[in-house]
Amino acid sequence: MNITEKILARASGSKRLSPDDVVFVNVDKVMLHDVSGPGVIKVFDKLKKQGISVDKLWDPSKVWVAEDHFVPSAEKVSAENIVKLSNFTKNYGIEKHFKYGLGQYGICHTLSHEEALVLPGEVYVGGDSHTNTTGALGAFACGLGHTDVAYILLNGKIWFKVPETILFKLNGKLPAHVMAKDFILKIIGDIGTDGGAYKAMQFSGNGIDEMSVEERLTLTNMTTEAGAKNGIIEADQKVIDYLETRGATNFTPIHGDSDANYSKTFEYEASEMEPIVAKPFSPENISVVREAPSVELDKAYIGSCTGAKLEDLEAVAKILKGKKVKIRTEILPAAISIYKKALEKGLIKIFLDAGVTVGPPTCGACCGAHMGVLAKGEICISTTNRNFPGRMGHVESQTYLASPLVVAASAVTGKITDPRDLN
Amino acid sequence: MKGNVIKYERDNIDTDVILPGTYLKLHDYDELATHAMEGIDPNFHSKVKEGDFIVAGKNFGCGSSREHAPIALSHSGIKAVLALSFARIFYRNSVDGAFLLPIEIDEAAYHNIANGDELEINTEKNEIKNLTKNKKYQMKPFSEIIGKIIAAGGLFKFKP
Repeated sequence: MNITEKILARASGSKRLSPDDVVFVNVDKVMLHDVSGPGVIKVFDKLKKQGISVDKLWDPSKVWVAEDHFVPSAEKVSAENIVKLSNFTKNYGIEKHFKYGLGQYGICHTLSHEEALVLPGEVYVGGDSHTNTTGALGAFACGLGHTDVAYILLNGKIWFKVPETILFKLNGKLPAHVMAKDFILKIIGDIGTDGGAYKAMQFSGNGIDEMSVEERLTLTNMTTEAGAKNGIIEADQKVIDYLETRGATNFTPIHGDSDANYSKTFEYEASEMEPIVAKPFSPENISVVREAPSVELDKAYIGSCTGAKLEDLEAVAKILKGKKVKIRTEILPAAISIYKKALEKGLIKIFLDAGVTVGPPTCGACCGAHMGVLAKGEICISTTNRNFPGRMGHVESQTYLASPLVVAASAVTGKITDPRDLN
Repeated sequence: MKGNVIKYERDNIDTDVILPGTYLKLHDYDELATHAMEGIDPNFHSKVKEGDFIVAGKNFGCGSSREHAPIALSHSGIKAVLALSFARIFYRNSVDGAFLLPIEIDEAAYHNIANGDELEINTEKNEIKNLTKNKKYQMKPFSEIIGKIIAAGGLFKFKP
C-alpha cells in the first residue's frame, strides 16, 4: 500500500485497502474557521430541530479553530460570526481557538504546520478546501463541507472512498529562480484543474528531499486546484525536525511499501523548470513568465496559505531590498508567528522601505473577502492559489498567479517579470 | 422528478461564480439563494423556478469547499445539477447535506439537452427523459455509498 492507503487502513481498522474501497475512518484532527464554523453551527441548529442531540462533541481536544477569512472583522456580519465562533468554542470546550488580537493567529492551513497541530500519519480534515496543504507533513489531509465536519464533530468518523494515487517525481534541486509554486503551476498546467480529481497527489524524488518543508507545503496546498482529495509527501527528517522545533515529538510517520501502487507517475527534471504564471481565469492556463503577455499590472498581492509563509516573504525581500514598487503592493504574512520572524529578520522594514503596505494575517483578498479586493478591470499578480472569475473581487478583474519571486519582481516593474530579468 | 433546464454550456463552473467569496459570511440560506450563480449569470435568481435543473459541462463546482454553493442552488429551487463531471467537495456536499442531486451525464446528453427543455429524471432506472424532445438518456448510476446516503436523505440519516 502507498502512504495514503496505509493511513486510511490504520484509521479504519482495515488490513488492506485499495482504490475505490469505501471506509469509515476515525479522524484524528478537525479544523474549523470563521466561515465553516458558523456553517457548522447552522447545521447543528438544523439537527436540533430534527431531534438529533448536539449537546457535546466527540472529542473537543481534537478540534481547533482559526479566524482567518474575514478578520480583523470586515464589517458587522463577519464581526457577528466571530462572536458566534467564540461562543461555540466556549460552549463545547474547544481550547485551541486562535483569536485575532490575542497572540498567535493566522490562516488555518498555516497554523496547522506553524503550531504543529497535525502530525505525520494522522487523518486530518478541515472545513476548507486547502486543507490538503498539511499533507506535506505526511498526514492524510482533506477538505470537507459543513455537513461532513458537523458529522465528524459529533461522531469522530467520516466516510471516504480510497483514492487512487498519482505520483509526481522531481529529479534534482530546483534552480534558485524557481520555486515550488512554479513546479505546482506547471503540474496543474499539464494535468488540468480536474487532473487530480478524487485522487491523491503524492510528491517524491530527490528534488522533494532537497526542498524545505515550507516549499513542500506550497505543492500540497495547490493539489486542491487540480481537484485532488489530498496531496501528500512522506515525512522525512526535515519534517521531524520542523515539528520538533514546534514542540511536537510524539508521532510515528507512516511510509508507503516498496511495492506500493500508483495509478500514474509523472517525472520532472528540476533543471528544466522555469518561472511560470497562471493567466486568468484558471490555474491551468499557464505560461512561462518570459512568454507571458505584456500587460500593465495594477496590483501585486503577497498573501494567503499558498504564498505568505516565512520563506515566501524572504524570497520577496530578496527582490525588494533597496528597490521601490511601481504598483500598489500588499504583503500579508500568513500568521503572527511569521510576521514576528519577518520583523526580527528585517524583512518588514525592507517591505515598508519599498513602499509596500504590510497588513495583518488574513485570507483577505485571496478569496475576494476584504483587504484589497480588485475593482472592475483591475489586473493583479498574486502569490495566491486561484484566479477564477471574481475570485479576488469584481468578476471583470483579472488575477495572474505566480511565485513570490515573480510577484515581487513584477511589483518592481509593473509588468509580469522573470526575476532573472530584473536589474 | 420533473423540471426545466437552465443550461450553461461551459466547463469548470467554480464555486466562486456559483456563490462569490464575498458572501461566505452569510449563513441565511434564503439570502444566499439571492446570490446564486451571480458570477456568470446575474439574472439567475429572477429566472430560476422551483424544481429546475442546471445542465453544465465538466468539473462543475470546482474550487472551494463552501457548502454555500449547493445550499444557494438548492434554496433557489434547483433539484439536480446534470454535468459531465463534478468536483469532489461540491459533489459530496450536495449528497451528504441532501441539498440536490449531482447527476453525471454523457457528452451526447449534454449536447442534446437545450436551455428550457423539460426533463424527467428517474434515479431508480438511471434514466433521463427529455419530454420536450421526446428523447431518453442514461445517467451514470450513483456509487453504492452515494445511492444509500441519497436514499436515507443525507449523511445524518444514513446508518452505516
